[in-house]
Amino acid sequence: MNPVVTNHQGVSVQVRGLRKSFAGTPVLQGIDFEVAPGEIFVIMGPSGSGKSVLLKHIIGLERPDAGEILIGGKPVGSPGVMDRFRLAMVFQSGALLNSLTVGENVGLYLSEHRLKPPGEIARIVAEKLELVGLKGASDKLPNELSGGMKKRAAIARALVIEPQLVLYDEPTSELDPLSAVTIAEEIVRLRQRIRATSLVVSHDRDLAFGVADRIAVIHQGQLLTIGTPEEVRRFNDPLVQRFLSADFKPSNHPPTP
Amino acid sequence: MFQHIGEMVLMLCRTLCAWPQVWRQRQKVLDQLFDIGNASLFMVCILSLFIGGVLSLQSGPVLADRGLAGVLGAIVGTSMCKELAPVMMAVLIAGRIGSAMAAEIGSMQVYQEIDALRTMNINPLSYLVLPRLVAIAVALPLLTIFSILIGWFGGAVVAATNPRVGVPFQSFFRVLSENVDAGDVANGLFKSLCFAIVIGVVSCQQGLATIGGPRGVGRSVTKAVVNSIVLILILDYFLTRLLLYFQ
Ligand SMILES: Nc1ncnc2c1ncn2[C@@H]1O[C@H](COP(=O)(O)OP(=O)(O)OP(=O)(O)O)[C@@H](O)[C@H]1O
Ligand SMILES: [Mg+2]
Repeated sequence: MNPVVTNHQGVSVQVRGLRKSFAGTPVLQGIDFEVAPGEIFVIMGPSGSGKSVLLKHIIGLERPDAGEILIGGKPVGSPGVMDRFRLAMVFQSGALLNSLTVGENVGLYLSEHRLKPPGEIARIVAEKLELVGLKGASDKLPNELSGGMKKRAAIARALVIEPQLVLYDEPTSELDPLSAVTIAEEIVRLRQRIRATSLVVSHDRDLAFGVADRIAVIHQGQLLTIGTPEEVRRFNDPLVQRFLSADFKPSNHPPTP
Repeated sequence: MFQHIGEMVLMLCRTLCAWPQVWRQRQKVLDQLFDIGNASLFMVCILSLFIGGVLSLQSGPVLADRGLAGVLGAIVGTSMCKELAPVMMAVLIAGRIGSAMAAEIGSMQVYQEIDALRTMNINPLSYLVLPRLVAIAVALPLLTIFSILIGWFGGAVVAATNPRVGVPFQSFFRVLSENVDAGDVANGLFKSLCFAIVIGVVSCQQGLATIGGPRGVGRSVTKAVVNSIVLILILDYFLTRLLLYFQ
């Protein structure tokens, strides 16, 4: 039922003419973009612009009203896509299972799909937790963690999957600058290690401009621009410029890697 | 309520399709079984004792006045095992366990835990619904057996001690054993198995269909309990009709 992926390869994502309304209110109004295998693609945009809804469509949790989404060339809703590709999503809220310990949460994918023996899983879980700075939190329950710790545990849970495509919904929004840098490094390293494709939704401009191959700016359910960080920075649109330069105080942010 | 029936049947079929996973999920089934026993065993005892007792108390004097006190054991024995134990235990478990299942799955839905399972390619039906359904389908018939035995005992105690009834212990159970056979008990257990599936399916379906925050969880729990009880009582009539053919 599950792929034994030996040589990891990122998968491509294509979004075509995606539209979605909730109870008559349009949230996504015709989104088109493509993400190449192994690319780090960052989506920025103001709160409420539809970023989380877009990610949920890409991983198949929501059905589009119109348009289609292809993962590795296959429509995301079609049977077998989830079995064929290893996908992972880091939810904005973390979405850890509250009835399991942090360690069980992080190892859930491996244990539930019987991919590794228990001892091996414990080792991998400990390794990933240490990576995100949660060493020793393995036996805690999620409600004993802070918001940022939950988010990091959720990132560890996604990393354990060794995904071909990871969707991060604001991975650094609750983190201190140092942890944010660690997470940014981890996003880049995942690509180097297993050539994973990453889609990152973030308000964090340092993260976005630090890790992105390309950036898209979304506003009220429409993409204003897509391009390399340089192109987006130079993009001459008052909305984009206002968004990118709002409350920008470089002295308050540490440099991104 | 009835518009959900299609969804519930669909969910039941899909869950049964995941049946091969049940061995893998055995630890969860055991955990659920333990929870169910832990939460309800004491209540089952108390409730059954009083149900059996009141049955004797109501019918005993009426029969005694007509000189028929001797058949009390047969009446308590049959009605307890064919009707009262299965139905009352199902109602109790719907309130005690069905509500907890709907609340747990509902809050998992609200807090996106179910979405998280889906993104990990873990089927919520085999991970969450299957173990609960199996556990309740095992637990409710067992609790019903337990309830039948305690109900008989409660009926016998009242029959022996109440001066207006005055049927001694031994003769109560002699009449009971002459009139109640394994088929009657099987009849009750079959009913309780059906009720268990109703409770499990209704509660899990309501939990999965939860929308809109903690309030939505409350709404699902209420609906799960009310719908389970209504369906149990309606189904009871039809099951009784059906089982009459096998006598
Ligand atoms: N299940 C839903 N039902 C109804 N409306 C929804 C639903 N999910 C999202 N919306 C609406 O869609 C819009 C976009 O929501 P979304 O969560 O995608 O925003 P976002 O860009 O992720 O914002 P933020 O940066 O604050 O997380 C919002 O106006 C929200 O009210
Ligand atoms: Mg969001």
